[in-house]
Amino acid sequence: MTSKETPTGGGSVGSASPGAEQDGGGSVEHAGVEHLGAGHAGTEHAEFQWHSSLKVPHPPEVSAVRARRYGSWYFAEHTLRVMRGYALSLLMYSVGQPLAYLFAMGVGLASLVNTNGSAQFGGVGYLTFLAPALVASGALMSATGEFMFPIMSGFKWRRTFYGPHASPLEPGQIANGHIIGVTLRILAPTAIYFGIVLLFGAAGGPWAWLTIFTATLCALSFGLPLMAYVATIQTDAGQFAIVQRFIVTPLFLFSGTFFPLTALPLFLQWIGWLSPLWHATELGRVLSYGYAEPAWLTVVHVLYMLAAAVAGWLLSRRIFVRRLGK
Amino acid sequence: MSQNVSLNAPHKFVISAHNLTKKYGDFTAVDDISFDVPAGESFGLLGPNGAGKSTTMRMIGGVSQRTSGTLTIMGLDPEQNGPQVRAHLGVVPQQDNLDEELRVRDNLIVYGRYFGLPMSYLNPKADELLAFAQLTEKAKSKVDDLSGGMKRRLTIARSLVNDPTILLLDEPTTGLDPQARHILWDRLFRLKEAGTTLILTTHYMDEAEQLCDRLVVVDKGRIMAEGSPAALIRQYSTREVLELRFGSARNTTVAAELQGIGERTETLPDRVLIYAHDGEAAMDSVSQRGLHPITSLIRRSSLEDVFLRLTGRSLID
Amino acid sequence: MSTVSRTTTTELTADGRPLGALYSGNIRAVISRGLLATKSTNWLVMVSGFFEPVLYLLSMGIGLGALVGSVAGPDGRPLSYAAYIAPALLATSAMNGAVYDSTWNVFFKMNFAKLYQGMLYTSLGPLDVALGEIFLALLRGLLYATGFTAVMALMGLITSPWGLLMIPASVFIAFGFASFGMGITSFMKTFQQMDWINFVMLPMFLFSATFYPLTVYPEPIQWVIQVMPLWHGVELLRELSVGVFSLATLGHIGYYLVMVMLGPVLTTGRLRRLFLR
Repeated sequence: MTSKETPTGGGSVGSASPGAEQDGGGSVEHAGVEHLGAGHAGTEHAEFQWHSSLKVPHPPEVSAVRARRYGSWYFAEHTLRVMRGYALSLLMYSVGQPLAYLFAMGVGLASLVNTNGSAQFGGVGYLTFLAPALVASGALMSATGEFMFPIMSGFKWRRTFYGPHASPLEPGQIANGHIIGVTLRILAPTAIYFGIVLLFGAAGGPWAWLTIFTATLCALSFGLPLMAYVATIQTDAGQFAIVQRFIVTPLFLFSGTFFPLTALPLFLQWIGWLSPLWHATELGRVLSYGYAEPAWLTVVHVLYMLAAAVAGWLLSRRIFVRRLGK
Repeated sequence: MSQNVSLNAPHKFVISAHNLTKKYGDFTAVDDISFDVPAGESFGLLGPNGAGKSTTMRMIGGVSQRTSGTLTIMGLDPEQNGPQVRAHLGVVPQQDNLDEELRVRDNLIVYGRYFGLPMSYLNPKADELLAFAQLTEKAKSKVDDLSGGMKRRLTIARSLVNDPTILLLDEPTTGLDPQARHILWDRLFRLKEAGTTLILTTHYMDEAEQLCDRLVVVDKGRIMAEGSPAALIRQYSTREVLELRFGSARNTTVAAELQGIGERTETLPDRVLIYAHDGEAAMDSVSQRGLHPITSLIRRSSLEDVFLRLTGRSLID
Repeated sequence: MSTVSRTTTTELTADGRPLGALYSGNIRAVISRGLLATKSTNWLVMVSGFFEPVLYLLSMGIGLGALVGSVAGPDGRPLSYAAYIAPALLATSAMNGAVYDSTWNVFFKMNFAKLYQGMLYTSLGPLDVALGEIFLALLRGLLYATGFTAVMALMGLITSPWGLLMIPASVFIAFGFASFGMGITSFMKTFQQMDWINFVMLPMFLFSATFYPLTVYPEPIQWVIQVMPLWHGVELLRELSVGVFSLATLGHIGYYLVMVMLGPVLTTGRLRRLFLR
């Protein structure tokens, strides 16, 4: 154990020079075993060694290929894992909110509307009239939160988008991944909402279940343009409160949610025409109880929401690429 | 000029802690520590992250409630007389907690208002402190727009707005560049000359050696040793240290062969330390045994070595 | 730096003020800080708090009102639907503002902005901070209430001079909620727990006779709602809006008097937990 230890390769610690391998092969192997087997138990100082027995299962090229192919899904997984942190709250809301609204408005308020009002709702009860609107607005509200705070957090508060950006993921995939994650997260409570509507007996038609998807589309048609906007915000100056109170609340209140849009004076009706929520609500009424409207209008509802969602998506991707690449 | 302050008030401790303990549930952050600080002293708490230094600071400021023990600041219990005690304190917390909704100069003014200070004093004082912190140009800026170093300097300037008797500094220079650190040390030295009592936590040895008259080494909430930096080094270490690196795979095996050289050896994952009064002589002995490290270094002992000796761990992991 | 040599006070004597551990009598500094901070706040954000109940009034009052027609008021006489819900919306807005300011706002400034840590290292005590923040919340509530009452007047929804008293009454309601809110926040440690607050507020808003009379419910449910604070606020403002009072009015006022007395006791008792962990 004396002369043998004289280093042959000078300072080359990590690279096993051929000389060292031949000369002290036994002792090198022995040292390796010690690190793995002894588990650092007896030694006093924490011995952190950069020798790992784990090998990356594939070369970097494969990582690159996989990232190119599945990168959006990898980031969607991130988004969903983050949501696990508040899964309980989500579940509470997705059950509690429909119950509260359906009871308060669909049952409580209905007692006023159905006695005082008339056949304003196309021959169905107020609850049936209201339910598709509530499902869509629930989805829209969820989307509002998920396309505001995590985006701001990703670029500014916690800069969570910059970590993955240093991995093989592309900025566009980060945008996609967030969108995928949020879409799934909206689908689930929307389905629960619809289930509760069924329990209230407020969705009779055979196509009523499609409102789960039209409501989610509605959420995206508002959420994706919102995401694009939030991605451009450099400094937090209360924009979220403004969006919430000057855009989301009016959408909720003036989209023919609680009463037919035509009950409003003309100078307020335009809000509804522009509102994705009005389109989703009307579409939902067609699907769930066969509300009568011209076929072209039904097509307009779908196209309007699709167009807004796609435009918001493309814009978001562009802004992500620009901002992360800066 | 004012050095006589501490002489004039002999045995008057501005801080007295006895059996101070703080528990968070099962976790004991501060475990039965006692110390006294006379007026005008610069007193340090040295230890790694999580040693309980910040918790101790917070208890001194009366913003964290102790679980047991006694603590008096200038004769008063900070829990019972928080506002009155804190009127004499200046605090630099570990993390800057500037008021992000206010501009730079307003941060100083408003903070002064919390002490009930009049504007006639605060206006010139704010300008003086901005100059002290080299932020005069930034007076109207938003806090958010300052660099990390600037925020730190503003926090320190803010702590001086009430001309405190006792200044608590929790890791004051963490995050500052070397030049900014030296400027700050200079300012702190002048405050000390003016009679301010400094309480300082740090995990930088050089900072502790520069600034502290006396310090306690804390680890896992307990005091491991107490004394002046020089005395601690004398007591727990040798004059010089020889650092040898044989490559991480060999340090442990080689260490056995180094037995008997110097007073003591310590084996760390990345190097072997030999404690000796004469580093050169120790190095010669190593060579005589036919051992050739990749690198070797002879340096003077520091508080880092004291800490290693006391706890068996490095100060900065 | 001026190097003034220090006078040698190293020993203090307790000044023996009441609540000396928690209070320094310097609420003014906290209030002036808050007012200065509003200068950097986006004015649209400030204004938005006023618009929210107005939007509800326009939507529900006009749109839904067209379907509902009129509803029986506190004295049994018919009331337009807008006039019926307006006081309820004002009460809800007072509750929302006060609860938000004393819970989420405090939680954020405590745990994220670290604002209070800085404040509490000065001679301020936690009670100074708490009272200052509550005062600011009520000041804002006062502005919103005044604005909303003006809108009601413009829409012809106030038929009695008593209606003006809705402004101080809604500040009173806000005080009731705010004084409890901070105490409740002291029990919260995570965002998830904070969510529970919203979870209680939403049904309270929807069910407290805001949009339709209590008589819609079966009697046991009516009792439950009558225990909730918001219902008393809604009824109080509704009675003020038309100037019709009964013995129940005293009950509503009494309810909030108790809240205003108990809330600060709870909050003061929890201040150490809230601010001095």
